[in-house]
Amino acid sequence: MKPAPFAYYAPTTLDEALSLLSEHGYDAKVLAGGQSLVPMMNFRIAQPAVLVDINNISDLAYINAEEGGVRVGALTRHHQSETSPVMARHAPLIYSTMPKIAYPQVRTRGTFGGSLSHADPSAELPTLTTTLDAKFRLVSQRGERWVSASEFFIGLYTTALEPDEILVEGFVPELPPRSGWSLQEVNRRKHDFALAGVAAVLTLDESGICQDARLVFLSVGDRPMYAERASNLLKGQTLTPEAIRAATELATTEEIDPGDDIHATADFRRHLAKTLCQRAIEQAHQRAQGKQ
Amino acid sequence: MDKRLIGKRVVRNEDPRLLTGQAQYVDDVNLPNMAHAAMFRSEYAHARIRSIDVSKARAHSGVIAVYTAEDMGADCYPGPPLVSPPPTVKDVIFNSRRQVPLVKDKIRHAGEIIAVVIAETRYIAEDALDLIEIEYEPLPVVADIEKALEPNSPLVHDDLDSNLAAHLVQKKGDYESARASADVIIQRRFTIERGTAAAMENRGIVAQWDAKSEALTVWDTTQAPIPIRNGLAARLGLSESKVRVIAPFIGGGFGPKIMMFYSEEMLVPWLAIKLNRPVKWIEDRRENFYATTQERGQVHEVEMAFTRDGKILGIKDDFIHDTGAYDPYGLTTPLNTQSHVMGGYDIPNFTSEFRVAFTNKTIVTPMRGAGRPHGIYVIERMMDIAAKELGIDRVEIRRRNLIKPDAFPYEHGIIDQAFAPLIFDSGNYEAVLNETLKAVGYEKFIKEEQPRYRAEGRRVGIGVLPFIETTGVGPYEGARVTVEASGKIAVATGVGTQGQGHFTSFAQVVAEQLGVDVTDVRITTGDSAHFNWGTGTFASRGAVVAGNAMHAAATMVRKKILKLASKVLNAPEEELELEDGMVRVADIPQSSISLSDLAALANPLRGAVEPGTEPGLEATAYYGPQYGPTAFGVHAMIAEIDPETMMIKILRYVVTEDCGTILNPLILEGQIHGGVALGLGNAYYEKLHFDENAQLLNASFMDYLLVGSTEMPRIEVHHLETRSPLNELGTKGVGEAGAIPVPALFAQTMEDALYDYNLEIRETPLNPNRLFEIARKEKTA
Ligand SMILES: Cc1cc2nc3c(=O)[nH]c(=O)nc-3n(C[C@H](O)[C@H](O)[C@H](O)COP(=O)(O)OP(=O)(O)OC[C@H]3O[C@@H](n4cnc5c(N)ncnc54)[C@H](O)[C@@H]3O)c2cc1C
Repeated sequence: MKPAPFAYYAPTTLDEALSLLSEHGYDAKVLAGGQSLVPMMNFRIAQPAVLVDINNISDLAYINAEEGGVRVGALTRHHQSETSPVMARHAPLIYSTMPKIAYPQVRTRGTFGGSLSHADPSAELPTLTTTLDAKFRLVSQRGERWVSASEFFIGLYTTALEPDEILVEGFVPELPPRSGWSLQEVNRRKHDFALAGVAAVLTLDESGICQDARLVFLSVGDRPMYAERASNLLKGQTLTPEAIRAATELATTEEIDPGDDIHATADFRRHLAKTLCQRAIEQAHQRAQGKQ
Repeated sequence: MDKRLIGKRVVRNEDPRLLTGQAQYVDDVNLPNMAHAAMFRSEYAHARIRSIDVSKARAHSGVIAVYTAEDMGADCYPGPPLVSPPPTVKDVIFNSRRQVPLVKDKIRHAGEIIAVVIAETRYIAEDALDLIEIEYEPLPVVADIEKALEPNSPLVHDDLDSNLAAHLVQKKGDYESARASADVIIQRRFTIERGTAAAMENRGIVAQWDAKSEALTVWDTTQAPIPIRNGLAARLGLSESKVRVIAPFIGGGFGPKIMMFYSEEMLVPWLAIKLNRPVKWIEDRRENFYATTQERGQVHEVEMAFTRDGKILGIKDDFIHDTGAYDPYGLTTPLNTQSHVMGGYDIPNFTSEFRVAFTNKTIVTPMRGAGRPHGIYVIERMMDIAAKELGIDRVEIRRRNLIKPDAFPYEHGIIDQAFAPLIFDSGNYEAVLNETLKAVGYEKFIKEEQPRYRAEGRRVGIGVLPFIETTGVGPYEGARVTVEASGKIAVATGVGTQGQGHFTSFAQVVAEQLGVDVTDVRITTGDSAHFNWGTGTFASRGAVVAGNAMHAAATMVRKKILKLASKVLNAPEEELELEDGMVRVADIPQSSISLSDLAALANPLRGAVEPGTEPGLEATAYYGPQYGPTAFGVHAMIAEIDPETMMIKILRYVVTEDCGTILNPLILEGQIHGGVALGLGNAYYEKLHFDENAQLLNASFMDYLLVGSTEMPRIEVHHLETRSPLNELGTKGVGEAGAIPVPALFAQTMEDALYDYNLEIRETPLNPNRLFEIARKEKTA
């Protein structure tokens, strides 16, 4: 389990890194925390000819509060997000989910940008950023662009990133008042990728009616699965058990696409998604009412 | 002062070295000019090799050599059989087929080695693997053990007319007449699937050839260094004294590391001689999933006859055992299953028949538990089913059938894994059961707590069940105990060590005899240059077989010490005491001599000695039991399950173990904790998923789910000590105990937790998905 030969660069500035990417194109891969890329290289599933290690570029690891949300640098380690008071205050959904990602050893290396760029449909951050309607700044020698999470994740391990681009940071909007959130997932072991999971955010109006809702699933499709119709179904409603059940039913019968593997059949995943969706809406609802 | 050291919670002598990274493992052996080997392994499970082209690999820069079976010529022949079939059972069928170093014509499981690349680095060697071109003719695959024995199955070994590797029937009493007089007959079918031992350290071998002195040194992660040395000497045409095999610290054995001879064990030393360069091969995790032996696959068809009040009249068990592509380890595992299908119960009539099937899967050899968990699974599932059918409490039906304390030695009239008669030497089974019930609070849970949980809609179940473990089998082990000039004690034994705490528990046995501190006893294990008789570490036998050899040798040295000291101190032996590294005359503390001074006197540099004198304070002793002692235990579990997600939470886990005399409770509990972790894996997490082409679908720790610290419950261990009358120390083994009852216990607990689903679990390992399917099916049925 040794990787195939590769050239290794460790640029200290973003410009240098971008120039290397522009030069090597599809032959190059960015190395961030290495927690996904290095195992794939050791299995020789990934055989990049060139590695551009971005760990020596300063100023890519930060969590800054801003007007309306929080800015997160690409090299922010999971452990930083997990322990950041800024994250706790402005993006509690992310903050409280971090301990569910792998185990501490992986979280001290794995990065925000790496997890998003890797776009594993079972990973939490792609789902959470989609749920929170985050956007990402992608930079190349050709310039920069902001792409929303729902446009960024295209499919299995596939994103809007071009080979010469680096995801430099993300902006995660803060939830408005009277909002609630929840992430529910089922993992075989505490640190495993989820068999199925769902994130829910809800915002209520002053009378307690659901004003806004977003339900996004993980591990039941080739990307974060935004259940748009089910989310819309909740809007304008009082969240009675029937309303919650109806949205759950719609989301989990029509808006997810679970697959079979050795850990779970599609049927079981769908069943889990349903159970979890209901629990997530209920918990988000409780939180929105200030009950938790 | 209490001079007893046996039974004390002594912290481990080896831990400082292990915890600070100073212990030597095979991969720490780095020699000048050392080359690195990488194996080209078959991706097919069953295929004929049409052609092999290694020319590009040979030409790759940094490659030293590439060998195929053809290049190895006459040296490429199978390894020796490890365990021959039982001679004492009539009509036994056993077809011995063993693995070769390199496969020439037909691949029989994915991962078999076709070629080996030796290069300046492992990286280069692996790069060159990508350049080897093989043309295969894929053959129909034998993936299922039941289909393997059907008449039209493809054949794993073409020279046999079926895939039957072995067939054996054992009987006690007369099952058929028991059946005729029974009130209730219960029949069931159980399936048990494969897992892997997943030792933290994979296998590894470093071989060094010294051409000038024609001496070979091999560092090997083997549990059986002495047989490896003897076998290598024979294979390579060397004198045994010129082959040194060292099994240094090893990161876990669990059975598979005793499967001598692995292909790599035949190959790497041969390469070192051929190339006249040290060669290192370290197995990586992916290779381990294909090439290191596995265990557990069996299918049982069982029938049991009961009286109305729950007394067992008899049991009839037919099972198929999966041996994989070869059967170098003989019948150890299925024989062990047979010995455990009666559990700890008094069962007068027994018929057990097994067929062993060749399949296109990795070789099966004993893995911690080694056939025992299967037997316990079968009997204990049957006891639960019987309890339900007869309307008797599940603890009560067991109590009625456990072997009574006055029935020992309890002779079964069949043979065990070592072909010795299956005799349970001693025990107090009901007391162990009672202790566990008390500790877990069974009555209170059933009467008060469980109804409360159920009223809250929570599904919390309890399980309690007993098991036996046959341990400490022969043939023998030995030990040499020496008082060195420093006064410290050197001890050597042939068994290897893989984390069992030998450097401490053996030291306690010796230190107690010689009146020294445990830290002053230095143990050497698994180095043929230090001790070259022995078989190995397996079958929960270290403490029993090597432990009693230690004890015997230490006792002999004690006698020598007393004899010499009596002369020197001019006092009768009975008045001498050994304490703090000194021999003292009781009540006259100033009249004493240190062991160090005595050792010098026993090995004089000048002067004449009396005829017949042996130098030094040293003795070598061997211990070989007629048959092994049998340990007993009861495990109990309280667990909650979410019936929607099938996620579990273990709230209590209680173990009561009776393995005779306890050498060191700390080490004993560690053994049990590790065993339970494997048992939980076998119950709910660990399963090798093979597809219909016998391709392994989860050959990594991403997908092969080992139980981690986050899944482990706190384990409460209680002890009872019923000394074994079979050996001086009174010990019984415990190495595999923890793993044995867990899958059956888990099934019982889940059935109890999901009481309203009316479950009957007949397979292991389970997983949430499978449990969900079973629960849904049974609920709608
Ligand atoms: C045992 C284990 C368990 C895990 N469990 C979970 C889990 O439960 N949930 C979960 O979400 N994740 C889990 N992970 C994955 C972990 O979160 C990784 O850290 C993450 O997926 C990748 O982050 P990284 O920084 O390590 O990226 P790397 O491995 O360095 O890179 C991953 C990919 O992203 C690209 N890349 C990285 N950074 C950038 C960037 N800034 N711009 C453009 N491309 C980039 C790389 O080229 C590569 O293709 C687990 C990992 C391990 C090893």
